[in-house]
Amino acid sequence: MKLIYFAWVRERIGKPQEDVDLPGDVETVADLLRWLRSLGEEYENALQYPDVIRVAIDQEHVDHREKLGAAREIALFPPMTGG
Amino acid sequence: MNSVADFKPVVRIQAEDFDLAAEVAKLTAGRTDIGAIVTFSGLCRDESGRLAALELEHYPGMAQAEITRIATEASERWPLQGLAAIHRYGKISPGDNIVLVVAASTHRQAAFEAASFVMDFLKSKAPFWKKEHQADGSEGGWVDAKEADEDALARWKR
Repeated sequence: MKLIYFAWVRERIGKPQEDVDLPGDVETVADLLRWLRSLGEEYENALQYPDVIRVAIDQEHVDHREKLGAAREIALFPPMTGG
Repeated sequence: MNSVADFKPVVRIQAEDFDLAAEVAKLTAGRTDIGAIVTFSGLCRDESGRLAALELEHYPGMAQAEITRIATEASERWPLQGLAAIHRYGKISPGDNIVLVVAASTHRQAAFEAASFVMDFLKSKAPFWKKEHQADGSEGGWVDAKEADEDALARWKR
């Protein structure tokens, strides 16, 4: 699974993207955020307030209950500040 | 309402500046049926001298896709004759352009509302993030999202 990070999520995790093998019990976005936090201090630091993390699956916004399904690309980022 | 627009909105994500007059001219070229053009442009401000620049990070494929989704919805919701949305990324200096929305319609109300709708959704849904560069050279932070921006979406509910 390809994960992509933006803005301060990217800075805190320390890389713009990575490929990960998800454990079988990671089924939803919320599961994914919980699992990532267990990977190390930098992930915990980036994702300690999961409610503020916005998620897109294959370049479309989803909420945290969404199933990962056959996602090719999952992006994690802070609330957006464009415009 | 809910009609399918007979044009495709123009959506561009680019590092380079845009020319307001040129973008309006592209929408109106050769047409005599447009009665109203509303443009909104968003500029980088210096926050009373505190900022040297804003750095806009974006999610390339999704920025294009998301603004296209927003603009397409606007074109289905209002009777428009043209719609363009351009958003810049990269380092932008105070006084320079960040974003442009142009809405063309027969009458002003649809053009005003569509432009406002596109901007409201773009602020909270288009994947862009602003980082500040401080004028005094100190480390700048990421701009926080405003709750008011999310709240602004509620008025378009139907």
